[in-house]
Amino acid sequence: MTVDTVKNAESTPDQEQPYKELGLKDDEYARIKEILGRRPTDAELAMYSVMWSEHCSYKSSKVHLKYFSETTTDEMRSKMLAGIGENAGVVDIGDGWAVTFKAESHNHPSYVEPYQGAATGVGGIVRDILAMGARPLAVMDPLRFGKPDAPDTKRVLPGIVAGVGGYGNCLGLPNIGGEVVFDETYQGNPLVNALCVGAMRVEDLHLAHASGTGNKVILYGARTGLDGIGGVSVLASETFDDSAGKRKKLPSVQVGDPFTEKVLIECSLELFEKGIVVGIQDLGGAGLSCATSELASAGDGGMHVWLERVPLRATGMTPAEILSSESQERMCAVVEPANVEAFMEVCRKWDVIATEIGEVTDGDRLVITYHDEVVVDVPPRTVAHEGPVYNRPIQRPADQDELQANTPDSLPKPAKDELLELIKSQAASPNLASKRWVTQQYDRYVRGGTVLAQPSDSGMIRIDEETHRGVALSTDCNGRYTKLDPYEGARLALAEAYRNVAATGATPVAVTNCLNFGSPEDPAVMWQFEQAVKGLADGCVELGIPVTGGNVSFYNQTGSTAILPTPVVGVLGVIDDVRRRIPTGIGAEAGETLLLLGETKAEFGGSEWAHVVHGHLGGLPPKADLQREKLLGEVLVAGSRDGMVSAAHDLAEGGLAQALVETCLIGETGARVFLDGDLFTELFSESAGRVLVAVPRTEEQRFTDMCTARALPWRKVGVVDPESNALEIQDLGSLPLDELREAWEGTLPALFD
Amino acid sequence: MRVGVITFPGTLDDVDAQRAVRYADGEAVPLWHGDHDLKGVDAVVVPGGFSYGDYLRCGAIARFAPVMQEVIEAANKGMPVLGICNGFQILAEAHLLPGALVRNHKLHFVCRDQWLKVENNSTAWTTRYDQGAEILVPLKSGEGGYQADAQTLETLEGEGRVVFRYVGENPNGSRNNIAGITNAKGNVVGLMPHPEHAIDALTGPTDDGLGMFLSLLDSVVKA
Repeated sequence: MTVDTVKNAESTPDQEQPYKELGLKDDEYARIKEILGRRPTDAELAMYSVMWSEHCSYKSSKVHLKYFSETTTDEMRSKMLAGIGENAGVVDIGDGWAVTFKAESHNHPSYVEPYQGAATGVGGIVRDILAMGARPLAVMDPLRFGKPDAPDTKRVLPGIVAGVGGYGNCLGLPNIGGEVVFDETYQGNPLVNALCVGAMRVEDLHLAHASGTGNKVILYGARTGLDGIGGVSVLASETFDDSAGKRKKLPSVQVGDPFTEKVLIECSLELFEKGIVVGIQDLGGAGLSCATSELASAGDGGMHVWLERVPLRATGMTPAEILSSESQERMCAVVEPANVEAFMEVCRKWDVIATEIGEVTDGDRLVITYHDEVVVDVPPRTVAHEGPVYNRPIQRPADQDELQANTPDSLPKPAKDELLELIKSQAASPNLASKRWVTQQYDRYVRGGTVLAQPSDSGMIRIDEETHRGVALSTDCNGRYTKLDPYEGARLALAEAYRNVAATGATPVAVTNCLNFGSPEDPAVMWQFEQAVKGLADGCVELGIPVTGGNVSFYNQTGSTAILPTPVVGVLGVIDDVRRRIPTGIGAEAGETLLLLGETKAEFGGSEWAHVVHGHLGGLPPKADLQREKLLGEVLVAGSRDGMVSAAHDLAEGGLAQALVETCLIGETGARVFLDGDLFTELFSESAGRVLVAVPRTEEQRFTDMCTARALPWRKVGVVDPESNALEIQDLGSLPLDELREAWEGTLPALFD
Repeated sequence: MRVGVITFPGTLDDVDAQRAVRYADGEAVPLWHGDHDLKGVDAVVVPGGFSYGDYLRCGAIARFAPVMQEVIEAANKGMPVLGICNGFQILAEAHLLPGALVRNHKLHFVCRDQWLKVENNSTAWTTRYDQGAEILVPLKSGEGGYQADAQTLETLEGEGRVVFRYVGENPNGSRNNIAGITNAKGNVVGLMPHPEHAIDALTGPTDDGLGMFLSLLDSVVKA
């Protein structure tokens, strides 16, 4: 093996390098040469190419993401302890607790290798949370798949679900929510987003940086291997001689080992507790390249790394391969020299391999040597934080007007005697059907803090066993709404996630996102992206809660067709006493009245009805009134605090009909419903800003007085009927719960068992 | 009452088992897999999780951990020992309980609220239940199918050593719908479902599981 050293690079300025195969453009390669004053070595080229990739550098999205911080006011920021730019956003939730949460995409690997792609997606986001100094507490997974009955979906979905479960279950983190949505645009590009939430004492917050000359850099966790090297493998074939070039490469999708990660978590938490870590960084995408350059870049000095010290699990790895390997379950810590032995002692207790691979220097360069030869010598900021930035062309799609003009108004509406059957068949449609087949493969109980989990509106976990303080989390996005109007679609996703959190009695406090879009090189996609970012940011200003972090995933497309724009929005809420949480199912108390909060208009653009019955997508999505959402949230939290609400379920896809079906089936209790006006609109419209609540009869007057006083529209729509075992709708008839359950729960097992 | 709760690398439900012990007014004593003594505890819980990553076979490596040698010795002398999920697998591998746990018949990990029938209320861990009572506790496992040869099954059934049986549809293909069993003395109990996740209706489906830890309190006080 010949190693391409800096010295060699200086003496061979014209040697051809496979930068194009590594995804770098001509001008990007030229800029690297300009920064270094010479051609990069193989190892440097590997570093720059991964760190300047769209995934790591946000080069197409950066100019737009700025809008989030520009629009966040000091008041919105008041509870934020760390925000965008850190591994994950951190929020002060009271009682001395800080909560950190973040979502990330693992879309492309999960299509190539569903099980490992999804598994390592969970592993990666959990390490991000750990790197903030927090104990990871729960995960949730928003997933998108192609057509449910397509043969490839039968390969992709079960593998992804098993991977999420296989990794998360073995790691010991409860899975408390998420989404499963089908649409044909995801056929060749499923979306696997993973969210993790963790907590720590406020004083224990760890930010990733390497300060203090002489401090040691310690790599700990799994050995570094050839898995997950991806594009960088082309370097090897270019520079290896023939015999070595024939070496078999491992798959470019990483392979996860949740057991190692579990041990790594416990080991890291013990290290944090002992206070012997100055800086910490997880190794995820771009592996050591990312960790060393980011640690050095965020610190105040330089760094020297001795690459031959990295423990390997394959022989003959080149420096470039070692730097870009994405082997899982590794962390990098910066430790004062006096604490190194104590650090090693903790690692020995947990049988975790730990190696001193480098130290912080007083220079301003990241220098990496391999057996005494310099293979990397770069200014770390140019790798980690000063990558290229693109102002991609933006163009509203030519057919957007046509799409919006094609309203659902002319679609034939069902006759009155067809409505009951429609309620049932809609409940059985794949997007609205029970996701139990998926979620029962996830452990939701481990650690004993889960207060609510799927199919509740939000997941909720208890953070403090003494004070009962906890958090609620929900993710949401309707890609059809966003396709029709990306600005409004993003606001609607925010509105629904916000409403879901409030419906469990928690006060929404912070937002994260996972923005999944098509190719940024397509001006129409960039328009969708720009609009969605604006819609989400402006919506957050209206609601007064900040975006604390996020993730962008571009190039999601099936063939040349982009996916539905899918800005998944996650909202975090705080509840001071989880014992007052509001459940989703009715029947918790004897004698409940059903009230519908909010207003129903005839809004069917992008609706589930138009999709399921007519295969139609056109018109405009429902309008989100965020002042109304805020008021609704306040009323729900007040209702929970004063014990006035015994169940609440937000109205979303499928409208009131679906909300009624779910609240009855989850609560295993029947109801009698009476509606006036056009029954089809009442039951199937998807107007935002609505929640179905059950209130004990004794609290009905007090609760409705409060709604009236605060000018929140409300209507009595029925009563809970524990005797009936049916959903009865006046003027339409009765749907036995058994029959509804068969319809709602039968779909996914029939497709995937 | 001092109850040891073992942590192996990869154990997950140790915090839950400790909490359940506390809810039953016991003192939870953490035991480390490398420990060579049981710190004077009155009973031991071997909790759930994926000890040693479930490599080789569930429970097969944990069975050889130093602390397990102490547990085996104490159990043979009559100390109450409870194995939950992975803990049940470990006790089976350690031959404190007969039979083995295999991959669920539908091959998927299953997490659900499961009704169980109490078939034996005379073990150290079940006296608080009525014979024949039905309790609702979480079941969450990928390899929970109880298997044993015909003669072992006959012995277990004949001696009343089936402690819990699944009610309704068999969730994992267990022989005779067996969810939990005991040894001949009744001091060692293993079950796949998780009573420690059902000690408070806030965080579990019910508080039905607390009865197992309260039963232990009774047996320790009596002894």
